[in-house]
Amino acid sequence: MKYTSQAVAKPYFIAAMGLFVAQVLFGLIMGLQYVIGDFLFPHIPFNVARMVHTNALIVWLLMGFMGSAYYLVPEEAETELHSPKLALILFWVFLIAAALTVIGYLAVPYATLARITGNDLLPTMGREFLEQPTITKIGIVIVALGFLYNISMTFLKGKKTAITSVLLLGLWGLAIFFLFSFYNPHNLVRDKFYWWWVVHLWVEGVWELILGALLAFVLIKVTGVDREVIEKWLYVIVTLALVTGMIGTGHHYFWIGAPEFWHWWGSIFSALEPVPFFAMTLFAFNMVNRRRREHPNRAATLWALGTGVMAFLGAGVWGFMHTLAPVNYYTHGTQITAAHGHMAFYGAYVMVVITMISYAMPLMRGRAANSNKAQVVEMWGFWLMTVSMVFITLFLTAAGILQVWLQRVSETPMSFMATQDQIALFYWMREVSGVIFLIGLVVYLISFFVKGEEQAA
Amino acid sequence: MSSTFTTSAARNIFYGGAVFSFLLFLALTYQTERVLPERDQRAQLDNPQVVAGKRIWEVNNCIGCHSLLGEGAYFAPELGNVYKRRGPDFIKAWMQAQPTGAPGRRQMPQFNLSEKELDDLVAFLKYASEINTAKWPPNIEG
Repeated sequence: MKYTSQAVAKPYFIAAMGLFVAQVLFGLIMGLQYVIGDFLFPHIPFNVARMVHTNALIVWLLMGFMGSAYYLVPEEAETELHSPKLALILFWVFLIAAALTVIGYLAVPYATLARITGNDLLPTMGREFLEQPTITKIGIVIVALGFLYNISMTFLKGKKTAITSVLLLGLWGLAIFFLFSFYNPHNLVRDKFYWWWVVHLWVEGVWELILGALLAFVLIKVTGVDREVIEKWLYVIVTLALVTGMIGTGHHYFWIGAPEFWHWWGSIFSALEPVPFFAMTLFAFNMVNRRRREHPNRAATLWALGTGVMAFLGAGVWGFMHTLAPVNYYTHGTQITAAHGHMAFYGAYVMVVITMISYAMPLMRGRAANSNKAQVVEMWGFWLMTVSMVFITLFLTAAGILQVWLQRVSETPMSFMATQDQIALFYWMREVSGVIFLIGLVVYLISFFVKGEEQAA
Repeated sequence: MSSTFTTSAARNIFYGGAVFSFLLFLALTYQTERVLPERDQRAQLDNPQVVAGKRIWEVNNCIGCHSLLGEGAYFAPELGNVYKRRGPDFIKAWMQAQPTGAPGRRQMPQFNLSEKELDDLVAFLKYASEINTAKWPPNIEG
């Protein structure tokens, strides 16, 4: 760690890990409800568990991005952070807002939460992933603006690199597209159309800039390869990401009432979305092969390589599988979507945030890398989580294929619930994989507390 | 990568590509807005029941279990075409009868909607079922 103000990243990373645990626990509750339908009913209905599961993910990834930016930007800009105090205040605002929102989800019926938070004044609630009360959304905007102010001032007063430029563009894009969450027209088609401007343009758009920048930063640090080379790769990857991903939004516009020219635009451009992810995999392996130093933090290198591979598989391959309109006609809104969502989020965003944490956390704790013993435990966490996520994805894919067959393709289609009964076995196997994922997460967290011989930073 | 392909060239391609893609996306959006009136049943929004029904749909987080035009959660049946699959009376009776309490089965909460609210919700689901979705879903089961 070169600048003391970089240390504000630490609480962000710790809170992110706490929320990650909550996310996985609620995921396991939902997984069990898929097979034991009345589990925890009426105390935690499925929809409530799902809100906690998805919203905790979003918040902890945002925490991870913010922490990463607070760590990365001063180092790249070669200057102290504009205001570490503001960063800490915003951390607490964000954490408390997130905690209150989750308490709201769990403590009262959603309709009551909507009423007491004044949803009628500016109705934004009740849409997937954007379930937060309007006041929480306003809080998110305030935190994001304060964060962007802090990071942008740091950027402006210091050295400007390709990595910080791409990162800032991604973060500003994140904040700007979030504003569409306040737009909720009565017209269902237009509601859905612009809802994707938050959801798709985040995960298949500007977040990829953040992902690329964070990965490039860690690769420079752990491989010692020339910045020139890495920055060139970064630009190529993010160009491919935006060129394919922007028009690729069209793959969500096939069946929601939008005009049918999107079948062509959406199919063709989104079919190319695996390309930037493949480039990312090549990039990570290439840089590590050409490394000019043996960085003592081998765990961080493993996470960086894993990000490339798993993002390509989850976002790239599993996305491609159902992105062409004639295929999507059958798979739209089935477990295939769930399978893709799980591996894509894990492979791209969960893993890149952990890559950053894995690299930066030891430095913030005053050592170049964790002890060998701690790294071995961390790598066990890596493999347990990654392999079990592969199995979660495979089981959901199997469930999805069967679901499509029984409910959509068959000459005598079964009803939704009858189909669900037929595929219960796969849901059980998914749940078992989920338990192993949780074990992997616990092992990963334990690695933070494993002592041993450490090299000073 | 070869030395003829410089970082500044890569940067320019990035910014150029990003701006071009975004403008193309805006153009396609503009065209979408022009075509939508033929497809999205917007005349039905003059009916206050439809608008009220959408709000009821939202504040009860229906999307947390169900899908609507294929989007949402996959825990409970697709409702974009439920009006056609089940009809208005069934939908109302079903909601009033929840939860079933059948052991081990997935449970839907009781939302305690009034008769008027149920009618509004049905009006919204009827509107949703008449949107031109390019013949999706493949069959009535959703």
